[in-house]
Amino acid sequence: MCEDCGCGDTKLVPVDVHARILEGNDRVARHNREHFEEAGVLAVNLMGSPGSGKTALLEAMMRHAGGRTLRVGAVSGDLATERDADRLRDAGIPSRAITTGNACHLDAEMVHEALHHIAWRELDAFFIENVGNLVCPAVYDLGQDANVVALSVTEGEDKPLKYPTMFRKANLVVVTKIDLLPALPDFDFDALRDALARVMPKPAMVRVSARSGEGMDEWMRWLDARRPRGRDR
Amino acid sequence: MHEYSIVGALVERVAEEAARRRATAIMNVRVRIGELAGVDPALLATAWDAFRAAGPCADASLEIVAVGATWECPRCGDAIARGALLRCARCDEPARLVCGDEIILERIEMEI
Repeated sequence: MCEDCGCGDTKLVPVDVHARILEGNDRVARHNREHFEEAGVLAVNLMGSPGSGKTALLEAMMRHAGGRTLRVGAVSGDLATERDADRLRDAGIPSRAITTGNACHLDAEMVHEALHHIAWRELDAFFIENVGNLVCPAVYDLGQDANVVALSVTEGEDKPLKYPTMFRKANLVVVTKIDLLPALPDFDFDALRDALARVMPKPAMVRVSARSGEGMDEWMRWLDARRPRGRDR
Repeated sequence: MHEYSIVGALVERVAEEAARRRATAIMNVRVRIGELAGVDPALLATAWDAFRAAGPCADASLEIVAVGATWECPRCGDAIARGALLRCARCDEPARLVCGDEIILERIEMEI
């Protein structure tokens, strides 16, 4: 109400807020992160297109000798089914599905809720397998320590340039399905490396085949180096 | 289409600010959206129009300020050219993002 003359007119007032729109999500993400850090659990947000091989990467890790030395668990986000969580459980990874309905990404609250149903404190590494999508999952902090993007060789070398938001946030790109390379004679790792260096300030990649197990050692070494120290159990 | 969930959070925050100041109407909402934020301004505008209809922001326009991505060397401060390798040619340091990842509610114009 106008207080200058008492006329009763309203005043148009600009109010500077300058706040992150997703600060509600960020608050829950910080809470998740505190949990993970306090328990000494490495939390990994695993992202990538549908079919890029996110679930297969985790399955293969368990088949590989090195995978059995780490205690791992997972939640996996999917629009409609619990298939990925079932696959992970069959592979020996305690896991829980987060069915998002129409949501194209996981948010911190969904992850927090899922943590109540899984014995994650006993783990060395906790994987948050995000919804298959190269855009939306990059927007939401979940409380993870590391972002890993799975990129299959059939997707092409230029994907990082087309989806810079996702790849900028990646700590590691796992190039999957390298057993298919004989069928893809034009695939150019130098071109992929160059594309990553234009969107990732610290480009890092490992090449793996879930089918043959090639590259699993390097992937395991990366995870191990990333694990929180000072709480070796 | 996470733009809908972003608009949901935005409307909630705007309504809070307006209620705190006993605003009688919200006229304009200004947001800053970075090029690398993963938010499409056109989709955000569509989501705003769909979402605000029934709520406290029904009469408010949405002003989207697009912020381009800017990278620099954290050591010497040299700008990294658009599309270039994200490493300083002189210092060999990984580039730092100066701006371009923001999803910010900047200002609300309300009637009090």
